[in-house]
Amino acid sequence: MTTLSDPQGESFRLSMLLNDTRYRSYTFQFIALVCVAALFAYLGSNLMANLRAAGLSISYDFLGDPSGYDINQTMIAYTSQSSHLRASIVGLLNTLLVSILACITATIIGVVAGVLRLSNNWLVSKLMAGYVEMFRNVPVLIWIIIIFTIMTAVAPSPSAFRGDDPDASMVFGMIAFTNRGVYVPAPVFEPLGWVVLGVFLASIVASILYRRHARKKLFDEGVLLPTTWPTLAIVFVPAILVFFVLGRPITLDIPELGGFNFSGGVTLLGSLIALWFALAIYTGAFIAENVRAGILSVSRGQTEAAAALGLRPRRIMNLVVLPQALRVIVPPLISHYLNITKNSSLAIAVGYMDLTGTLGGITLNQTGRAIETILLLMLFYLAISLTISGLMNVYNNAVRLKER
Amino acid sequence: MKTSVILGTMTLAAMAAGAAGAQTLSDVQDRGTLNCGVTTGLVGFAAPDANGDWSGFDVAVCRAVAAAVLEDPQSVEFVPTTGKTRFTALSSGEIDMLARNTTWTFTRDVDLKFEFAGINYYDGQGFMIPKELGVSSARELSGATVCIQTGTTTELNLADYFRKNNMDYEPVPIETNAEAQQQYIAGACDVYTTDASGLAATRAAFETPGDHVILPEIISKEPLGPLVRHGDNEWGDVVRWTLNALIAAEELGITSANIDEMKAGTESPEINRILGTEGNLGEMLGLDADWAYRAIKANGNYGEIFAKNIGESTPIGLARGLNAQWTDGGLMYAPPFR
Repeated sequence: MTTLSDPQGESFRLSMLLNDTRYRSYTFQFIALVCVAALFAYLGSNLMANLRAAGLSISYDFLGDPSGYDINQTMIAYTSQSSHLRASIVGLLNTLLVSILACITATIIGVVAGVLRLSNNWLVSKLMAGYVEMFRNVPVLIWIIIIFTIMTAVAPSPSAFRGDDPDASMVFGMIAFTNRGVYVPAPVFEPLGWVVLGVFLASIVASILYRRHARKKLFDEGVLLPTTWPTLAIVFVPAILVFFVLGRPITLDIPELGGFNFSGGVTLLGSLIALWFALAIYTGAFIAENVRAGILSVSRGQTEAAAALGLRPRRIMNLVVLPQALRVIVPPLISHYLNITKNSSLAIAVGYMDLTGTLGGITLNQTGRAIETILLLMLFYLAISLTISGLMNVYNNAVRLKER
Repeated sequence: MKTSVILGTMTLAAMAAGAAGAQTLSDVQDRGTLNCGVTTGLVGFAAPDANGDWSGFDVAVCRAVAAAVLEDPQSVEFVPTTGKTRFTALSSGEIDMLARNTTWTFTRDVDLKFEFAGINYYDGQGFMIPKELGVSSARELSGATVCIQTGTTTELNLADYFRKNNMDYEPVPIETNAEAQQQYIAGACDVYTTDASGLAATRAAFETPGDHVILPEIISKEPLGPLVRHGDNEWGDVVRWTLNALIAAEELGITSANIDEMKAGTESPEINRILGTEGNLGEMLGLDADWAYRAIKANGNYGEIFAKNIGESTPIGLARGLNAQWTDGGLMYAPPFR
């Protein structure tokens, strides 16, 4: 039993808020917070007071009214009688579509260009350097317009496909490249067609399981199973067999020229393609530089050590260098994904109806409710950005250098 | 993001703080210039020349108001506005009046709290299509790809027209008239639709205007006119009666050529009242007796302004049509000055 008692806890005095380093920072942070909050409150009340003086009020009632305009690309059912809110959601989905497509493509382009820029082949590395410098140093809006202009100027208009001896013809008799967009065949599923799709999805799962099994085998027993060919076989062979056994239950809806335009099939609007490629190529150039930086950040000794173990160059890249480079590549990659999403708001330059085009464009104009729509627009973009950022942070934690 | 939120809020607050009370007339007189909102550039209606001097059909209205209020048609500060910014600019007080091909609609008048001072151009939405497509009526346009200038009443009219007639179309929204022209010429859309006056102006700029036809159907009413904020009736009266003075001047035969002669006094009491030699109309408006004299003198009467900027002798080549005086079978009809 000890006779020593703990020193009496110093009683808290008000002056410690300023004098004690433990509390001082909190004091100042609190004061700053109050000031910022007061500033916002002042701006907000000023805005409300002036709006009231002008006889206007902040109201989101217009979101329920019929929008009255049509949109050329809708992923959910929409007519001009749908509400402004639904028009906004159509725009939101279009924003997400082009952002996701552009993020995936930009990543692929960026990784390939970044790796190739480090190539020992002089021509390849200089070509990639040229690509990076050319694309990242010209504003993305210019690229969007250039690509769109080239598409409309070079591709034939649908009327060129008309007549007995047309100026233009469809690729494989199925795909039409026009200056309004690309018309591709759409798959039509008869009831049995869904079985084929089910088999295909099951095969994909099976192939993943097989690869996991091969990996386990490699780690546990040191037996290297082939993966490339078996994976391809597992994915495609059952689906193709089922397709023919069931009597080809999936047919193609081939676009046909009728009236003014092609009808049937799936239309990839020219504006979507232009925006998608411009964002992908532009951001791909930035990602290429990140990938290069990431790879260079892995010590050369790692590559040499792997080579000394007899690994082939491709395996060195995939198994040794890239996993270590990812911890450098991923954080800036998050910013690039956010940039793609935000840059997609330039869509109106080519007439692609994204969120800015519907909610921040036509809806704003028709209702005249500028403050409300802009606030809502900010909220939408903030929500998308925070979601992407959150998801990417999860991925970043997964690839981070494990400290043990 | 946070910074941009702060900046955005500050901008909104600053804009809202600029909203003046109901004293626009004295504000303008104290300031010595009239802030007039116009388009960012539409030849014939409002466009700056090489020296930066604005001219055009809508600009003439601004100049007439400035001449009436400030005694100088040149003391106008032109504020270019887009379809998106025009209403915010007016309701925030950044501009005193808006003269920008703006269609008078119920919601703009009632819900957005504006006051239309009258109509200076009766327009309607039409369609332009290449002749080689062989279309002679808008009823045959089912399935067509249509270029529309976004942010106008045209896209609503278009949606309504095609729905009413059970036809489909594919809209191609385009920001400016120049881009729309390019898309249409490249064949990226079959049809271009906007106000008929705009179509005529656009077609006039083509290399071969004869290859394109404007379809006979006019699918909407587009009464265009200057507007001011709701709630400042004195200022609204000044703009309304300045416009009426221009229209009445044509009807009564007052032109920029003979106005000085008429100012000395005429047989017609109404002319005398307008020009301030009889009665005290100017005083009732809070202006001096010569207000209308200066307004008409600035650019001539309505007919002269029309002929000089968009009439048949200009490249735009619009006929008077609905915009003729009521005495000539048109709709231009100024209420009496008494």
